[in-house]
Amino acid sequence: MALFKKGSAAPSNVDTTANAAATPEKHQPWKELGLKEDEYARIREILGRRPTSAELAMYSVMWSEHCSYKSSKIYLRQFGEKVTDAMREHLMVGMGENAGVVDIGEGWAVTFKVESHNHPSYIEPFQGAATGVGGIVRDILTMGARPIAVMDQLRFGDVSHPDTARVVHGVVSGISFYGNCLGLPNIGGETVFDKVYQGNPLVNALSVGALRHEDLKLAKASNPGDQVILFGARTGADGIGGVSVLASETFDADGPSRRPAVQVGDPFAEKVLIECCLELYAAGVVAGIQDLGGAGLSCATSELASNGQAGMRVQLRNVLLRDESLTPEEILMSESQERMMAIVPKRDVAAFTAIVDKWEVEHSVLGEVIREPRLYINWGDEEIVNVPPRTVAHDGPVYERPVAYPAWIDALNADSSARLPRAVDAAALAEQIVEVVSSPNQASKNWITNQYDHYVGGNTALAMPDDGGMVRVSEETGLGISIATDANGRYGQLDPYAGAQLALAEAYRNVAVTGATPMAVTNCLNFGSPENPEVMWQFKQATAGLADGCLALGIPVTGGNVSFYNQTGDVAIHPTPVVGVLGVIDDVARRIPSGWQDEGHNIYLLGTTRDELDGSVWAGVIHDHLGGKPPVVDLAFELSLASALNAASEQGLIASAHDLSEGGLAQALVESVLRFGVGARVWLDEIKQVGGIDDTAALFSESTGRVLVSVGREDDVKFVGLCEARGIPVLRIGVTDGRAVLGGSAGSPSGGTASGDGTDARLEIQGVASWSLTELAGVHGGTLAELFG
Amino acid sequence: MPKIIVEVMPKADLLDPAGKAVNNALHRNGHSEITNVRIGKRIELHFDRAVTDDDIAAATKIGEDFLSNAVIEDVVSVTVEN
Repeated sequence: MALFKKGSAAPSNVDTTANAAATPEKHQPWKELGLKEDEYARIREILGRRPTSAELAMYSVMWSEHCSYKSSKIYLRQFGEKVTDAMREHLMVGMGENAGVVDIGEGWAVTFKVESHNHPSYIEPFQGAATGVGGIVRDILTMGARPIAVMDQLRFGDVSHPDTARVVHGVVSGISFYGNCLGLPNIGGETVFDKVYQGNPLVNALSVGALRHEDLKLAKASNPGDQVILFGARTGADGIGGVSVLASETFDADGPSRRPAVQVGDPFAEKVLIECCLELYAAGVVAGIQDLGGAGLSCATSELASNGQAGMRVQLRNVLLRDESLTPEEILMSESQERMMAIVPKRDVAAFTAIVDKWEVEHSVLGEVIREPRLYINWGDEEIVNVPPRTVAHDGPVYERPVAYPAWIDALNADSSARLPRAVDAAALAEQIVEVVSSPNQASKNWITNQYDHYVGGNTALAMPDDGGMVRVSEETGLGISIATDANGRYGQLDPYAGAQLALAEAYRNVAVTGATPMAVTNCLNFGSPENPEVMWQFKQATAGLADGCLALGIPVTGGNVSFYNQTGDVAIHPTPVVGVLGVIDDVARRIPSGWQDEGHNIYLLGTTRDELDGSVWAGVIHDHLGGKPPVVDLAFELSLASALNAASEQGLIASAHDLSEGGLAQALVESVLRFGVGARVWLDEIKQVGGIDDTAALFSESTGRVLVSVGREDDVKFVGLCEARGIPVLRIGVTDGRAVLGGSAGSPSGGTASGDGTDARLEIQGVASWSLTELAGVHGGTLAELFG
Repeated sequence: MPKIIVEVMPKADLLDPAGKAVNNALHRNGHSEITNVRIGKRIELHFDRAVTDDDIAAATKIGEDFLSNAVIEDVVSVTVEN
């Protein structure tokens, strides 16, 4: 049964440049390809004729929002402008490359980036999420680095919606499949459920890699005569659903079938590609390298040439195909996975070939770099592309889209949580605590993260559920890095400027509590449609907030990604600027654990607790309310808090540190006791007295700049002195007490399966409630397994 | 025992990593005459009575909606074995 025609004859009616010049009036499907009328006119102006169908394909995909950042560019510039020389000091490669590169000392550098794969993950959750991981890992590899870890930031629809489980199962297994097969530890991330993501889940993937300074590679082709080599998987008809309109224009009804819009990943091919590339780098045979992701060959050829201020002559017939019926346009657009393009000096081609042959990686020479800044692509003897590469890759359209202050936001901000009833007695408070920590967003994510390998490679020092993930980079000295990512769409909805800064502040604090020094920022800005002026206002505010915040904290944005058009029906998602912060630690052995490990330690709350419940988990879970103003951000305080934590860690004064964020103190206490199964007695009197607040605010307020720290008795005086000297408010709020034997391995209390619990370790919040840890592990750990298991 | 057999294949245009791996392994073992391998799945639906036309129609729908992922797979045949 022939579902798909296997046309083998080469298409005879190729649209050549000569043909294009001769037939200026031919109608072209620019509109179907997503171009605007003025954009099409500009292409004609650049070329001095109508584009060929291959050129039209290239321009349309490279000038798309996804590739050209045409709506966001004017705002992203400030990440490069709002920086000081001190911020640039450790920056080896900044924005604009595949990923930013940061010097971490001892001759080592790291590169990291987060990217979205939202829309493909809704259509086909498993392959969408899997290829998202594959794509970001290749970005890291392209910089010359060995990928060392991944993380994922996930947003799904409401847990009770029937479609949510399909997306959750697909995405989680896609990530674990690809990452586990590659042998990369997944060291952290986020999972949030909210109905705003129902028809548009967010699947963001982060990867980090390490390299020696001298191994840095850039994506450019600048030396005339160098060979252009495509290697890795063969090119097939993956992910070119969009260009099928071209095919239907060019060919008759019996032409190629409708092409699939999704891609299928092969992690084992990628693993081989990684090792093959690293050997190529080590042999010094690669002058420039680029991975093939979105826009495939169109992107790789034009970007390499444009970056190198050179040109390229390419023979498209030389591309190794999986499917011989592909048209030239389709070959240019194919998003087949696990492919790379290398620029190799002629004298090194033999050495290059020997290495790729050894890894059984297929390759073909497509052409060579030329001095003239022009990209020529031939299909056999026929010239089908003749363009200035810069106009394709970098000088795309730039929009200053209309911006409008949202009509609804004043009313939303005025609807404060102050009107919400609060618990009147201890029993009601205790019930609310249980309700909060067992709600899907606050419950343990073990059901998801247990499907990922955290420790493969043997260099993982911290992973979920710790605040930040940490991996060792140098096995000799223990030098390592810590990464945390955060975003709170609810805060973003209330105030996108503050929302972005809150995400930054939390990621920064999460890195600081691991004992690392924050150094650099990446981001993945997920928003609705840029054609909606209110969404554009949110984007403008969020980018300004992030850029100003980075300046205040003195850490640069090294790169990132923008994802627009995230909406369910006509309703935009909450602005969800995912912010990732990377920190450096001189020795991962010094890392600070996130949970309590010893009995009899004092528990301190650093920072100030105010009555800040607008947009909080408490308001959402208990009252289904979103309104008011998000908590106040104090970046200067975050800076001193981080430096105090660092100093205390270096002096070995702290036994554990855990950041307070969503769910406030109540959430942090539950997580801290469950991390290693050590109980605690805690009192709220001083918090209430100092802040002038009630029990509800003491337990659930999401005031920023707060950290829960445990300190051994012998270090008490020194620790308190250190905080006071730095002006960090410090309150002793309890002691650790009692050890439980929780089911599962130490450090991963799995939901409710306490076994052999002969002891009676408890979390007691004086005057409120007392639970056994077994009980808490059940309510906190069981939720996701019940919903999706 | 009467049964309906549903056969599902990865879409022709998409990469089939398992098929590719087997193809490469066959080549390494000297079977260069085999040019490509694609791997799908065969699903048997058993009945303890004769299969009706309605059953076949239902099985086709089950094959398309439930047994295969229409985004990346095709039901290539639905046959009856008695």
